[in-house]
Amino acid sequence: MNATEITTQITTAANILNIDKWDYGASFSNDYSVQVDRGAAKQLKASQKQVITLRVWNKENLVGITTTSDLSKTGIKKALKQANIASEFGNKNEFTDFSPLAKDPIQVKEVDKKNPLGIKKLLKILREAESKLIESHDAIKSIPYNGLSESFYERIYANSDGAFRNYRKSQAAIYLYARAEEKDKKPRSSGSVKLGYGVEDIDIDSCIKEAANKTIAHLDYSSIKTGKYLVCLSPEAFLTLMNAFSSIFNARSIIDGVSLSDKNSIGDLISIPALNIYDDGLNEKNISSAPFDGEGTPTKKLSLINKGKLENLIHSESTAKIFNTIPTGHAGLGSKVSVSPDWLVIEKSNECSDLNMALEHKNYQGNFVYIEELNAIHAGVRASQGSFSLPFEGWLYNNGKKRSIESATVAGDIKYLLKNIINIENEEELTTSGISPHIWINELSITGDE
Amino acid sequence: MVSASIKSTEIRFGECNKKLLEEVIFYGISLGADFVELFIENSDNSSVLAEEDFITSVSPSFGKGAGIRIFKDKRDGFVSTNDLSKHGLMRSISQAIEMLDISKKNNNSNFNGLDKLKDYSKSKIDWLNEVPTINEVSEKLLLSTKALKKDKKVVVRKGSYARNWQEVIIASSDGTYATDIRLHQTVGLNIIANDAQYRSNGSRRFGSHGIPNEFRLWDHEKAANEVYETSMNMLYADYVQAGQMPVVLANKFGGVIFHEACGHLLETTQIERGTTPFSDKLNEKIAHESVTAIDEGLSEGSFGSLSIDDEGMEPEKSILIKDGILKKFLSDRAGELRTGHKRTGSGRRQNYSFAAASRMRNTYIAKGEFSKEELINSISDGLYCKSMGGGSVGATGQFNFAVEEGYLIKNGKLTKPVKGATLIGDAKEVMPKISMCGNDLELAPGFCGSVSGSVNVTVGQPHIKVDSITVGGR
Repeated sequence: MNATEITTQITTAANILNIDKWDYGASFSNDYSVQVDRGAAKQLKASQKQVITLRVWNKENLVGITTTSDLSKTGIKKALKQANIASEFGNKNEFTDFSPLAKDPIQVKEVDKKNPLGIKKLLKILREAESKLIESHDAIKSIPYNGLSESFYERIYANSDGAFRNYRKSQAAIYLYARAEEKDKKPRSSGSVKLGYGVEDIDIDSCIKEAANKTIAHLDYSSIKTGKYLVCLSPEAFLTLMNAFSSIFNARSIIDGVSLSDKNSIGDLISIPALNIYDDGLNEKNISSAPFDGEGTPTKKLSLINKGKLENLIHSESTAKIFNTIPTGHAGLGSKVSVSPDWLVIEKSNECSDLNMALEHKNYQGNFVYIEELNAIHAGVRASQGSFSLPFEGWLYNNGKKRSIESATVAGDIKYLLKNIINIENEEELTTSGISPHIWINELSITGDE
Repeated sequence: MVSASIKSTEIRFGECNKKLLEEVIFYGISLGADFVELFIENSDNSSVLAEEDFITSVSPSFGKGAGIRIFKDKRDGFVSTNDLSKHGLMRSISQAIEMLDISKKNNNSNFNGLDKLKDYSKSKIDWLNEVPTINEVSEKLLLSTKALKKDKKVVVRKGSYARNWQEVIIASSDGTYATDIRLHQTVGLNIIANDAQYRSNGSRRFGSHGIPNEFRLWDHEKAANEVYETSMNMLYADYVQAGQMPVVLANKFGGVIFHEACGHLLETTQIERGTTPFSDKLNEKIAHESVTAIDEGLSEGSFGSLSIDDEGMEPEKSILIKDGILKKFLSDRAGELRTGHKRTGSGRRQNYSFAAASRMRNTYIAKGEFSKEELINSISDGLYCKSMGGGSVGATGQFNFAVEEGYLIKNGKLTKPVKGATLIGDAKEVMPKISMCGNDLELAPGFCGSVSGSVNVTVGQPHIKVDSITVGGR
């Protein structure tokens, strides 16, 4: 079934059920993925998925919702009926409507159409990648976590007011996490992930090289003394933290009382003035970009922190109404509409005279901890309190020499961290979750085995 | 060879689909597969959220789908689809055959048709009609959020309910033919307390399987009191000082550490990956002799219990560790094929879009002989972890867990509350350090995410003492 047919079917069923106001978001996808184990195909997967989320408004303008994978006529009719029943329990405290921007033009990124390579080719490519990675060092014994996948999907949004938009996309991903072991030492593991619109876009050699280098480099490890350290966060680590604490600029979280910000926080200085943060879902380097959100609002670039000050919040239709502004293209589609950032871009502002430019992770000769990757975010972040305590992979630098840290956690407070940035390096790096330079923090607590 | 005649061209729940299933399985076998398995699912779920004094979300969902898995030698291919027609299922079989590059047809099929249906759903047909209505759920959730309103410091109050009803048909070329109905209900309470610069959280989750009436019986007042107490105890807590120290882990959800740090390493999927340090330690001592650990799917009403696993096998009680000696791994069909460990009724998946894998069910450390007080009295300087948050385990077996509610132990007594603690270690080193087990075993429900998606589990233990562990803090 295609987008037009579904819309027609919903329109017909809604008329029969006397439902005047509705909208829906749909997703159709074909996914293929492979995993290997020392040359053997481990698991080969394919799936065809279809799912639709329908919202209906009742006569009191309360919203009800239902999600289903049954797109038959009876399935859609049942979904409309269930949504109608659910609307009796719609939130009377906060009214939701169509996005006022659901008919505005959208920017659909022009990307060459990709065709599925198919499982056999995926398998061949992954086998070769696995083999190359294992051969890259004697200590690398296996690649326990690996996968190559390609996905082809279509997303649709339409409503009873005539809004209709869709886009088709493809995305491919490879991940290689190696496990290395040496006699009388603990096993070490690290890896790399790369994305592309299709498998042919992915730089697989760089994924292998990165996974090998990171894993091997961690073989020579030592424990670290518990204490306070000068810390350099990799672009990936800083983006991980900012995404984990994105409730700071999330209007939904503010309304729900789970954000560190409040309704009057716009304009507050929340970091050093040298920091700018944007949300830029349409950035040309964002492989996962979507031209519109769950409510059909066009995606756009939005300044969140400008010279250290909170400049904008991300909104859905209903939060925008409460804040007397317009939606920003960050909504999901649900009974209670969620709001989340797309793709963060971190950069140095032009108010950077207070930074200590001598702190460059490649050249600095003093002692510091370099945090490459933060783990267990779901367990170690208390977004509503602003605190974090997270295990990490990283290095202890001492007079220009680095040694992998055996096992440690870093703990701190996001408000403290943002106001204690002492350098933002010049070079920005592309990661799978955004763009950021290396960020230096004056002092953070590290717990090690000593 | 089985009859190719079919009555229905689409799977219909609640009706006999034997002929259609046999034809689809036979099709896969005749194309050269060694083994074919069909997992067909019909689901009906709903969730309700109450915030402060309002219902803010009601989300029903329903759907149907099939997961088709074929094996050739030790390889497997898995295809999932929403198309339950004969054509759709056969197309998926063909796709799986093509994936495994099977070109040689099998003219001597040893598929002798499906066995007589094992119907585990008979007594469960009415479950969906017996669960509380949205109205009932909403009313009780609002009572629970109201019960959290005890103090001006309480700034966020949430109550959530989810009901997952699942009807499954499992058929495979070894003759397995079974149908079952599962019903899981869970309810959670969350609170945030605030006073000037101080902030704290409290949360609890409760859950059951196969008891439609359970939510109606839930003691929301007691639950609200527990959550409130946690948040108030922690509101003005200092950050814990990092270091190595002995800890006492509370019962119930304290068992999450054993689940994550050791339980996962006893799944055959980890042996296949080469990521468990215990793969060659069967019948060897891997834990302190005071530790006996069990995984089972049988406890009535427990969140991880099941009548059959997602491969059609009845679950067994698996004694994983007996007096510190490793006795068993949890195994599914692929695990048995690839590692030789017999299936334990542990093949589980989130839904039809995942292939089953060896997963835990109700996992717990057995009770010992000590009282909670004896454990705490034995420590001069340490930490009592009354309530655990989430955690994770890395590829090398290293784990970390957040402590939601912690208290310092000084000279055998509980003293002030502390926040920000994280427990860090690896199973191989920590298991021998569990030196005392309490006599107060209790279980708690949870969700476990892994290779075959998120499944309902129970974790549990009595109070236990770990002689030394790294505590992350400030």
